[in-house]
Amino acid sequence: MDFLRPDTFAEALAVKAERPDAVPIAGGTDVMVELNFDHRRPSALLDLTRIAELREWTTVDGRLRVGSGVPYTRIIEQLGAQLPGLAMASRTVGSPQIRNRGTVGGNLGAASPAGDTHPVLLAGDAVIEVASTRGTRMIPAAEFYLGVKRNALEPDELIAAVHLNATPGPEQFAKVGTRNAMVIAVCSFAIALHPAEKRVGAAVGSAAPTPRRATAAEEFLAGELDWAAPEPLLDSVKRRFGELVAEAASPIDDVRGSAAYRKHALAVLARRTLGWAWQDHLGKEARECA
Amino acid sequence: MRVNVTVNGEQRQADDVWEGESLLFVLRERLGLPGSKNACEQGECGSCTVYLDDVPVCACLVAAGQVQDREVRTVEGLADGDRLDPVQEAFVEAGAVQCGFCTPGLVVAAHDLLERVPQPSDPEIREALAGNLCRCTGYEKILDAVRLAAARR
Repeated sequence: MDFLRPDTFAEALAVKAERPDAVPIAGGTDVMVELNFDHRRPSALLDLTRIAELREWTTVDGRLRVGSGVPYTRIIEQLGAQLPGLAMASRTVGSPQIRNRGTVGGNLGAASPAGDTHPVLLAGDAVIEVASTRGTRMIPAAEFYLGVKRNALEPDELIAAVHLNATPGPEQFAKVGTRNAMVIAVCSFAIALHPAEKRVGAAVGSAAPTPRRATAAEEFLAGELDWAAPEPLLDSVKRRFGELVAEAASPIDDVRGSAAYRKHALAVLARRTLGWAWQDHLGKEARECA
Repeated sequence: MRVNVTVNGEQRQADDVWEGESLLFVLRERLGLPGSKNACEQGECGSCTVYLDDVPVCACLVAAGQVQDREVRTVEGLADGDRLDPVQEAFVEAGAVQCGFCTPGLVVAAHDLLERVPQPSDPEIREALAGNLCRCTGYEKILDAVRLAAARR
């Protein structure tokens, strides 16, 4: 096995072009588990932790560009106000030790259906910036997840950054697990309200072969919400939204939970998070009118 | 491969390191520092918690090559000679140690908490130690130890 240690992203891309078999490693919270348990013996590891530019976040044209190597702890501490949904999901990742190392880039690279940040990225219209020596591609999150642990990356590409709206509307994330810490999601759900465009983003995690958007639920809710003169939501609207979210999922029975439970729980999470997000919107409208 | 790393303030060198090896293996088996414990090897238990560039991490999830030219501080590096760190002393006094296997990881995690938050609330203590499993004590004495160490600061 080779251990490749580029100092710059350009160098990393050159190495990846030459060695497409090299497995990128950042926080190691997935890759090292596979190595420790002999589940994987790659011909090379490509260490991304020495590349300073991957650990930076900046604002570009009113959008936040979060480097793929920014650990969850920094997202929580530095971007909690600007990216509330991503910060909420980041807080539910593993433990302090895991959040100090794990990165959104790693979540995307592993592309586990249970990855905590995926529903937030889908609901918030995130765009994934991937690069190779051939150039850069901007891939909408909705087109990034292709199958169980499969993503849209070509073998010579690396994940550079995630782009998100820097002034998002209300966002919420919720996750079901057996305890608060160290939980791989039984199921998870993210909602993002986009009042400026009168749109809704909604996505489920750990309840289908890939994280996925609940499109019918998004459209139903966008049609029901009165953005300009917001009123408290009818229970019937919340319930229907929950049903449509559950219908968007195609979960399986596994060690973490049954398919039936996941569908039930998703409907509950959708109703609850919608209530919280709409409450945020009502609060904002009230403050702006006052 | 060869790995050069500063451990507990000392420049150390490990040779014949396999490229897929963890920092934990290097510390325990190559550098003679068995304080960090090897249990789950998947970041679940926190027994191998060490500081990497002042940030607590699970040493089992750090690839050996990733620590080249970096600084590691293990549980062995907390005491000042024969004088235990106040966190270690508090663990002994509060009876927070039973079988002792989880203790090094908990001590490092608690040490980091008190560096960042000198007077933590109970929820802050629980959150900071959420990545460390103990199967003996039921955690109450561990919480007592952290409160005691904080009170003495």
